[in-house]
Amino acid sequence: MRILPCGDEALLVEVANLQEVEDLYVRLRRDTPPGVTDLVPAARTVLVAFDPTTTGPARLRAQLHEVSPGPAGRGSRPTGAPAPGTPGRDTPASPPAAVTGGDGSRAAADAIVTAAEDAPSTVIIPVRYDGPDLVDLARLTGLTPAQIIRRHMRGPHRVAFCGFAPGFAYIAGLDAGLRVPRRDSPRTRVPAGAVAIADEFTGVYPRASPGGWHLIGRTDLTVFDLTRDPPALLAPGTPVRFVAVGAASVRT
Amino acid sequence: MTGASQRSAEIAIVAPGPFATVQDLGRPGLAHLGITRSGAADRHSLLLANRLVGNLTGAAAIEVTYGGLIVRFTHPGMIAVTGAPCPLELSGREIGMYAPVDVQAGALLRVGAPARGVRTYLGIRGGVDVPAVLGSRSRDTLAGIGPEPLVAGTRLPLGGEMSDPPTVDLAPHARYVDEPELRVLAGPRTDWFTADALRTLWAKAYEVTTDSDRVGVRLRGPAMRRRTTAELPSEAVVAGGIQIPPSGQPVIFLADHPVTGGYPVLGVVATEDLPLAAQCRPGQLLRFRPARRLVNGLPTR
Repeated sequence: MRILPCGDEALLVEVANLQEVEDLYVRLRRDTPPGVTDLVPAARTVLVAFDPTTTGPARLRAQLHEVSPGPAGRGSRPTGAPAPGTPGRDTPASPPAAVTGGDGSRAAADAIVTAAEDAPSTVIIPVRYDGPDLVDLARLTGLTPAQIIRRHMRGPHRVAFCGFAPGFAYIAGLDAGLRVPRRDSPRTRVPAGAVAIADEFTGVYPRASPGGWHLIGRTDLTVFDLTRDPPALLAPGTPVRFVAVGAASVRT
Repeated sequence: MTGASQRSAEIAIVAPGPFATVQDLGRPGLAHLGITRSGAADRHSLLLANRLVGNLTGAAAIEVTYGGLIVRFTHPGMIAVTGAPCPLELSGREIGMYAPVDVQAGALLRVGAPARGVRTYLGIRGGVDVPAVLGSRSRDTLAGIGPEPLVAGTRLPLGGEMSDPPTVDLAPHARYVDEPELRVLAGPRTDWFTADALRTLWAKAYEVTTDSDRVGVRLRGPAMRRRTTAELPSEAVVAGGIQIPPSGQPVIFLADHPVTGGYPVLGVVATEDLPLAAQCRPGQLLRFRPARRLVNGLPTR
């Protein structure tokens, strides 16, 4: 673990891999040092922002070393964040009302969100796997589109961190056989609800935006809604399950 | 006029100028959901405007870019204008910056073009009371969250976010200099650059380019060279972060910066100097200098 300076109101903690980021983030969310105003996980780092009138970099560095994730701490995963995909954690609403669309989906989504921050329940994302990049991906991975879809649904998935746009979640746990670099030329417009993959992540575009990930499908689930509290369905640590729906679902 | 007085106080935008938005102190604490803080680009000037009219610190004001704002007041009230100095006219009469001014019902305020600086703040007693989005009335221009940028015809209700009436007549204000110096704390990714990168940053002035906005101040000058060609995994960035894209030309992140970035950050501008960065206009030169040490968490010269 390296603690890097990041201006006069933050430190950037760098660890070895995504798993260590998740461990550190969970610990810091649970035992937040006094004066910390924001915790922002990413691929190899957690940004720790602080109020300089309450704490300082020296004190915070010492406190961060105390919560440092290490082999000794690995066995004691906090109960507040169960291992993703633990049996029995799925919401009773599955298969989700979201599959049918309409008002029922919103109610189901709200119910999921209420629980997400503290003891994250699995968010189920219904996907029509008819994305325009399935053929390209088949060429890149050596798999058939049906195999790609099956592997994409294989979990466990959970949100590693958010970024790029409000509510855009980098969902970890992507099948190793699907890991390909992002597209050479990004699209100028990816539609809202597009389900995509790149590198070690999969994600759902919260709204139309430019994007360089490979599009494999679409969902009707609203992953970001300003009128909801919290607005993002997919917060760091949230377990996620992808299920195929619609006519263009898996051909087996 | 009885009808008007029964309505709650509001102001009407006659002309917004090149670009004007509602801003407060932003929405902190949501970065882990991909939502940046946003808020006034020059927080000093927003806080000063609110103090001058006796508002609570979190009250929303209008951030005016390059002047040009014309506003009509439907009710009597009090205003203060801070930030980039502009000629001000209230119903045909010249008024001053950095001071509370009483406004009559029906009055028309014209904000001229600033001779220096970019962003001027119109604070109004009670604050602008548009609906808050995720706890803030700030417009995040990158994410498109918060109240829409102002257009001719926009009506803004005023709120009650005030404390005691102000007792200050005028706030002293430092002049905006031609070539401001921004103090920088090295890191987090200094080691991604060649050993001379920081010396390069301190050595010469950088020119502010025309594609600067609330997301960042984009600069032109001596390029910083990377020591490694590796790709930086996405990581959180902060306001004031000096990001170096492949071109080697620095970008200083401002209020609407993305939550995460994929290019290394060489250093971070001291929080106290960020308002200066936000007031630098295209064509202007600025310099970086190292912040020497930290006292109570704040850099000193």
